[in-house]
Amino acid sequence: MQVSTKVTQRAATAASGAAVTVLAFSGDISSTSKEAILAAYHGLEVGNSPLLLDFTGVDYINSSGIAIIIQMLLEAHKAGSRSIGIFGLSAHFKKVFTMVGISKYANLYEDEKAALA
Amino acid sequence: MMRSGSSVEVRIPSELGFEKVAMSTASSMAALMGFSEDRIEDLKTAVAEACINAIEHGNQLDSSLNVGVVLSTTDDELEVRVIDDGAGMDHVPAAPDIDRKMMGEEDTRGMGMFLIQALVDEAEWHKGPPGKSFVRLVIRLDPAKDKENK
Repeated sequence: MQVSTKVTQRAATAASGAAVTVLAFSGDISSTSKEAILAAYHGLEVGNSPLLLDFTGVDYINSSGIAIIIQMLLEAHKAGSRSIGIFGLSAHFKKVFTMVGISKYANLYEDEKAALA
Repeated sequence: MMRSGSSVEVRIPSELGFEKVAMSTASSMAALMGFSEDRIEDLKTAVAEACINAIEHGNQLDSSLNVGVVLSTTDDELEVRVIDDGAGMDHVPAAPDIDRKMMGEEDTRGMGMFLIQALVDEAEWHKGPPGKSFVRLVIRLDPAKDKENK
């Protein structure tokens, strides 16, 4: 019954000219998303280029899915090298991500333009 | 406007993903009562998390068991009871601590009950024999927040 998660990777450029990697999610972000999300994260080139997570195509997020995003933030935090931003969340999930504290470790942006500004 | 005292019951299999059926039902009833879009989104997340807890912890993902979802209205309240066959909750876990999670000192999971409590007006966990343990969620119409739909 759960809809699978698709993750696509693309390159973007910040207004400063810096290279940025975008991981765009679609489908559900739930307990079944762990392999897709963490495999995409682990497959990124080692380095310190900023990472943006694009939730524009996500239909459903639950607490198990949020835990996977926190797992990714934890790994990035431990590595100490990569900043992570998030965009494309609905107003409701922006509130939820703030309530659970994610906004303390990842900036939440309205859209990709704002995230790259 | 929906008649006060209306009641709807849904039974979902103990399989992750079916919580969306309960979410949709709760969303439809809340919309009929005149709740605003943002409060309906709050309710949908709370109902989803309550169902996920019932499926995973109450019914241990046993596909032979169902989760009952009973939605009842009064003039200004929507009550949702999510019923499972587990023993019920002994205590409500502490609120998640993102700093402890980021230090690896706390499981990255375990946010469902916190979200439920934060997103609805009332949340109570009741222990009981199999088929009688339930969580009770209530949202109340608030003229200041819900007037756009009334």
